[in-house]
Amino acid sequence: MSSLAQSAYSDAHLWITRQYNRLSLKRRRTIIGYIFILPFILGFFIWFLVPALVAANLTVHRWNLISPPRFVGMFQFNKMLSDPILAQSLKVTFIFSAISVPLGLIFAFFLANLINTKVRGIAIFRTIYFLPSIVPAVANAILWAWLFNTEFGLINFVIRAFGGPKIGWLQDPNWVMLAFVILTIWGVGGSMIIFLAGLQGIPQIFYEAAEIDGAGRWQRLLYVTLPMMSPIIFFNLVIGFINSFQIFVSALLITNGGPQHATLFLVLYVYRTAFQSQKMGYAAVLSWLLFAILMLLSFIVFRYIGSRVYYENPGD
Amino acid sequence: MGFKEKPSQFVESRRVANSRVDVFYRWLTLFLLVFFAVIMITPFIWLLSSSLKTQINIFQYPPQLFPDPVVPENYLYALTYKPFGIYFRNTVFVAGMNVIAVVFTSSFCAYGFARMRFPGRDFWFGIVMATLFLPYAVLLVPSFIIFSRLGWVDTFLPLVVPPFFGGGAFNIFLMRQFFRTIPEEIADAARIDGCSEFGVYWRIMLPLSKPALITIGIFTFLFAWNDLIGPITYLRSPDNFTIAVGLASFRSQTDIHWDLQLAASTAVTLPVILLFFLAQRYFIQGVVMTGLKG
Repeated sequence: MSSLAQSAYSDAHLWITRQYNRLSLKRRRTIIGYIFILPFILGFFIWFLVPALVAANLTVHRWNLISPPRFVGMFQFNKMLSDPILAQSLKVTFIFSAISVPLGLIFAFFLANLINTKVRGIAIFRTIYFLPSIVPAVANAILWAWLFNTEFGLINFVIRAFGGPKIGWLQDPNWVMLAFVILTIWGVGGSMIIFLAGLQGIPQIFYEAAEIDGAGRWQRLLYVTLPMMSPIIFFNLVIGFINSFQIFVSALLITNGGPQHATLFLVLYVYRTAFQSQKMGYAAVLSWLLFAILMLLSFIVFRYIGSRVYYENPGD
Repeated sequence: MGFKEKPSQFVESRRVANSRVDVFYRWLTLFLLVFFAVIMITPFIWLLSSSLKTQINIFQYPPQLFPDPVVPENYLYALTYKPFGIYFRNTVFVAGMNVIAVVFTSSFCAYGFARMRFPGRDFWFGIVMATLFLPYAVLLVPSFIIFSRLGWVDTFLPLVVPPFFGGGAFNIFLMRQFFRTIPEEIADAARIDGCSEFGVYWRIMLPLSKPALITIGIFTFLFAWNDLIGPITYLRSPDNFTIAVGLASFRSQTDIHWDLQLAASTAVTLPVILLFFLAQRYFIQGVVMTGLKG
């Protein structure tokens, strides 16, 4: 049996080798090339295209994971348009994004400039500024829930020590957004390092030329640093927007969407709809909505901001 | 490099004229550096300090800055209250499989994109780039439907199998950029000696790409270690929990036991910080690679 299998195998091998040798060099390279990228192609179909189509099909069905899906037509799309919780969720997600992304970008840029100086022990400062960004998300959420604790948290302690009021950071819908912005900005270390690398890539000679022309500190920042950094600022902007739309762990663990849905960000709402209310069909609708929003935002960002970016080697 | 950084004579003389302003800016920079360092590091100190307090001392106003008495037993209680040993084992398994998958398959695909010329390559690379910025929250529900059809819910498979298919667009992209910096002549020399394309990939490109591979390996490990949304969606029975899920459920069950929650959080954060100090170079390199080589 085994020798039969062996000879069958070697016959097949021989046949394939012969066919392969008959091919032109160009064809062979094509086959080998596709073998290399095959894992990605398969993955694209299995883990991306098929799920996306299944989800598209599910948007017109109602399904609770247990009983078979039931066709409901456009019902869930109509529901989406008149869902007050979804409106709230979109509102808080947009507000969060609109505040945290620009602030985070400015802060990261500012820190990168700070740590781009030649001071003894600068490596220690770089490490300290970077460390918050690698704290595991769950631990980070617990830490900040404790820092923002109304009665015993450190933040209220400092505010009260300076004579300020006791703020209900996580209980007051008006304050909770600021709390989330603060904890997000604490972790800007990643974009800061990207900015730092960009700053160090600017040839010193540009600054010298500007200085000879009489440019001061601010002018050098405005007319040398910012234009040279624009591709990196743009990159961090795109990444920042996408990350801000995905905020989930802290919203789930710190406030669980509350108070009064003030932190019910979009991904958390999708997660709840799918896995707590078991409304898979509606969750699929929401996923497609999230996808559409992100595509639209990326388009706007690339169209209106991307075109203003300065690239030294276009098309590289 | 050397002469570029040295300012010219003229600038030097201007510098002297401006020296008082320069000194002011120098002190301002130093002040700001220290100021923000204190702000960035205070949460860590607060975390560590609170995790060593007694249940009574933690609810005290004004808060103690340094715990008195110091209660290291918190860590023992926290880590044995839930089977963190099992969570640790599960997390290491999932993270380890992800690292293996990403390191080998992303470099494999990247070789095709970086070094082979064939029709359709640019189309498929376009698709890689299109999925690059696609957040995985978008695919959360669609993938869950597929995995539940496959009967993979409450197994590690949904977390471990997909990375073997290319290892993620980001990693393919990074490896492709890295491969393109390696001189083609080295590969040609190997080809002349009778090496196949797969041989060139395995014997030439992989050994030369160690720094890049270590970097994406570390980032993959970190991501798997920190990830909550994937494990919390697929893992149901407590025996399968990863550390992130374990810690999240620990939090929901020990409502006001801040001392224990913070001790567990510190314990989960420590390995990451340790990894950072061991492989600082690769961290920075990784962040920079993701940002710049576009």
